[in-house]
Amino acid sequence: MTDVPASQPRRTPLTGVHEQLGATLTDFAGWLMPLRYRSETAEHNAVRTAAGLFDLSHMGELAVTGADAAAALDYALVGNLSALAPGRARYTMICAADGGVLDDLIVYRLADAEYLVVANAANAGPVFAALTERAAGLAASVADRTEDYALIAIQGPRAAAILATLTDADLAAVKYYASYPAAVAGRDVLLARTGYTGEDGFELFASPADAQPLWAALSEAGAAHGLQPAGLAARDTLRLEAGMPLYGNELSRDVTPYEAGLGRVVKLDKPADFVGKAALAERAAEGPRQVLVGLTGKSRRVPRHGYQVLWDAAPCGTVTSGAPSPTLGVPIAMAYVRPELAGEVDSGGDGHLAVQVRSSAEAATLVPLPFYRRPG
Amino acid sequence: MTVPDELQYTAEHEWIAISGDAATVGITDHAQTALGDVVFVSVPAVGTKVTAGEPCGEVESTKSVSDLYSPVDGEVTEVNQEVDDDPGLVNSDPYGAGWLFKVRLADDEEEPPGLLSAAEYEALTKEA
Repeated sequence: MTDVPASQPRRTPLTGVHEQLGATLTDFAGWLMPLRYRSETAEHNAVRTAAGLFDLSHMGELAVTGADAAAALDYALVGNLSALAPGRARYTMICAADGGVLDDLIVYRLADAEYLVVANAANAGPVFAALTERAAGLAASVADRTEDYALIAIQGPRAAAILATLTDADLAAVKYYASYPAAVAGRDVLLARTGYTGEDGFELFASPADAQPLWAALSEAGAAHGLQPAGLAARDTLRLEAGMPLYGNELSRDVTPYEAGLGRVVKLDKPADFVGKAALAERAAEGPRQVLVGLTGKSRRVPRHGYQVLWDAAPCGTVTSGAPSPTLGVPIAMAYVRPELAGEVDSGGDGHLAVQVRSSAEAATLVPLPFYRRPG
Repeated sequence: MTVPDELQYTAEHEWIAISGDAATVGITDHAQTALGDVVFVSVPAVGTKVTAGEPCGEVESTKSVSDLYSPVDGEVTEVNQEVDDDPGLVNSDPYGAGWLFKVRLADDEEEPPGLLSAAEYEALTKEA
């Protein structure tokens, strides 16, 4: 760790590029990141209809290596990572002993004894500490490699076509949630078919020294396809439309994966014991105490994080994320509500459901998640 | 970011153009840049009495909602229907087509107190 004052956010290998592009930069989890370049709505729409280019170098990359790497992750995480084939990736979580979510993760198995764990920027430190502690006594080492990787995502229906102009790799062979060492624009990267937008797309783990040439090559190759650089504001509305949880909003120490509707990531039947297993088994048996639902607003006033959800004017839950949806053209939100309300999704709860938007209760409709599913 | 010399400003990032007892109000270029894409503006209805420094509406953008403050005491005489139809006008032309409402000043004898000049407002936005 370098000794920088807390007031100085960290820069990624691409921060200078964002500055040249005139981006509005924001301190996000201690990193200086592009919030938007010009219009976040235009960036959002570019990802839905063409492609967007994202700097995700703030994400934490933690390498877990050694003969016991698989065993260490089976114990540390709720998923069955020893069953993951090399070259494949898995969405999973790391929980506390009481079942509370410490972070949601994507784990790439690069080789038999080599995994790459990608954590949210805000949680990279705690996840690194927890993995280190949980790997103690095993033949596995945990290293924080965040500084060694730039991460660039290209997402959208044109992403594969753009990438194909810059690589000889057989992109059709890179399946969803697979990763593959490849050369892109002459630079060695780990090419993964993962993302957080609800679109097809790729994430490129690259050497920091290659980040700017890669960004330039992708921008140039994408120009004719309508590719635009896209910031964190667009990333948030894209993931919200796709019904994907955000740590700090839908996920936290105070919820288990079951509340978030992600109980499928908890592999209670895997052979290994794991941190949180007893508490999670109990929670699975008793049923969730609250459920995550989707809401659409009927006015233009937007339900936002922390607003109260009402059923017949009585509080029944809390909004976790909300935004005007560029694709749907109405306000959308995710909210935790009383479990019995999940049964009202078919009726939409019309006439009963509302969100307290500051001074007034705005009518809302319960809808199934996700709000948006890509065609085809 | 532009701060036209001929307008006056509030610390809450409204601009006001005063001519006799009539004034036009909007939000500044700095404000629209900070807010991002504006998706909805709620303004006081025609006939509403507004008070300087008091919230009188809301500006919803993708990421946030902000109160709109009246820069002066007065009565609303007109609201910009085009902004209701196309809130993006606040982003594309904050000092022109993106104006929000017009007021008749309660007191047109004296200069309304507390307004900032362009230079004062510009200095304020640079402090932040």
